[in-house]
Amino acid sequence: MGGRLFKNFSFFSATLSFFILIGIFSILFTYAQDSIHQFGFDFLSSEIWEADEDDEDIGIFGGFIPIVGTMLSTTIAMIIATPLAMGIAIFLTEIAHKTLIKPVSIAIELLAAIPSIIYGMWGLFYFAPIIQSTFGGQGVGLLTAGIVLAIMIIPFMAAITRDSMNTVPDVLKESAYAMGATKFEVIKDVVMPYSKGGIIGSIILALGRALGETMAVAFLIGSVMQIPSKITDPTTSIPVLLANNFSEAQGLEMSSMYYLALILFIVSFIIISVAKFYFLGKKVK
Amino acid sequence: MSKLIMETKDFSFTYAGVDTPSLKKINLPIKESKITALIGPSGCGKSTLLRAMNRIHDLYPGNKYEGEINLYSADGKENILNIKKENDFIKLRQRVGMIFQKPTPFPMSIFDNVAYGLKLAGIKDKTEIQERVENALKGAAIWNETKDRLHTSALGMSGGQQQRLCIARAVALKPEVMLFDEPTSALDPISTGAIEELISELKNDVSIVIVTHNMQQASRLSDYTAFMYLGDLIEYDKTDIIFMNPKEKLTEDYITGRFG
Ligand SMILES: Nc1ncnc2c1ncn2[C@@H]1O[C@H](COP(=O)(O)OP(=O)(O)O)[C@@H](O)[C@H]1O
Ligand SMILES: [Mg+2]
Repeated sequence: MGGRLFKNFSFFSATLSFFILIGIFSILFTYAQDSIHQFGFDFLSSEIWEADEDDEDIGIFGGFIPIVGTMLSTTIAMIIATPLAMGIAIFLTEIAHKTLIKPVSIAIELLAAIPSIIYGMWGLFYFAPIIQSTFGGQGVGLLTAGIVLAIMIIPFMAAITRDSMNTVPDVLKESAYAMGATKFEVIKDVVMPYSKGGIIGSIILALGRALGETMAVAFLIGSVMQIPSKITDPTTSIPVLLANNFSEAQGLEMSSMYYLALILFIVSFIIISVAKFYFLGKKVK
Repeated sequence: MSKLIMETKDFSFTYAGVDTPSLKKINLPIKESKITALIGPSGCGKSTLLRAMNRIHDLYPGNKYEGEINLYSADGKENILNIKKENDFIKLRQRVGMIFQKPTPFPMSIFDNVAYGLKLAGIKDKTEIQERVENALKGAAIWNETKDRLHTSALGMSGGQQQRLCIARAVALKPEVMLFDEPTSALDPISTGAIEELISELKNDVSIVIVTHNMQQASRLSDYTAFMYLGDLIEYDKTDIIFMNPKEKLTEDYITGRFG
């Protein structure tokens, strides 16, 4: 009886999440219609974002700058975060002394729980001036946003990777040591391949989080419609543009913002699906 | 009397954070090209002793060794408890291989599982690796089953095949001693038979120590048997003598199934 109820309930939840996904997609797609009709695929390569002062139904809108800004800030974040997060996870599972594991783990979990707006404020007041004096530029910009994004996703990535590395059975590691492997070889040849699924999963979740991150990036990226020519230049990103313009935009501009949101949605969806089916499907069973 | 390959002398072992030793003054000879079985009730210290013989205990900090464990070679004997450098641990473990209770294939192909130890040992020549992998797989009697799927994942094999793969992997390194910790207790009777046959063939090339709680297995396979109880070595002798005519009352009680 209880079992049947539970089964129905889980079936209901699973179906519900599927319908929510479809629902979000159709709403984004419907509201983006005007913009899609007007600009088509040129939207992806056009750099101009200009509303008409008088008529809300005309204007020129192109997503190139926020799309590039999103891609670049995310790429910078991933390049910095991935090796550091792997290093932390390896340190915690294979190298750190017992007495160190607990406090470091707790610190990482706390860092992962800090709301992103706090990272944004900290980045703006503390970190941006450091970047400015080290690399030049105006403090806010791609690099600052990318580094603070990296700092935000590292704890999260490290925690998931550590959990999956902790599932490597001791005997498996012991049998590699028993064949004369060094610690480094055991990590490289046994721990990493064994926990590959979890590692890739953590990278993807972190990527999704970096792609959609709004608050921290809004503080730090500069929020200007400009193609960055240097890594320290300010620019904007899809979520930041949406958050900044949503309250005032109308008509075609609003529709173009839905178009941008749709693009972000599709890109995130594709990344996660590709990762799920390609990488996780291929992992040695 | 055949030659010694290893021996423990007044060897005691205490786990980290434990007050009482888990092994007390063990004196056990290991004869060259023979099979020595360690028997005794669960918790008596069989695995602890075996894991001291290639110092795999040292992966975890804080354990205490006392006494000697000597490994013999043409140049004389070496007390392996004196090893401190990572390089020397690696050499020791290549000379003294180990097979665990559950098969432990690495997450890589069948071929790479066997080639792995060779690559660790610094062998780079492709044809040599190829040859030694093939010979090891033949030696472990799974060449016929695996020759057409060498490059598929080892994790897709049956438990018995995986265990023979692990033996092949150890054999490929041409160790002098192989330590088996209940290698068949996770396997079905047919796989168990295959592994037992394999172990008795291996003893021509390598000296073997096998922990087992299966009395028939010990009597079928081994040349010498050591009976352990609560961290003490109670009796060591030729297997026939231990099973037919033990000197100690405790051994007899255990053999006849009166406890354990
Ligand atoms: N990692 C450990 N830390 C502390 N005590 C241990 C550890 N492993 C085993 N022991 C203890 O050492 C004794 C011998 O264990 P073990 O060698 O595994 O026995 P056997 O293999 O004969 O069943 C047991 O009393 C066991 O509780
Ligand atoms: Mg045991």
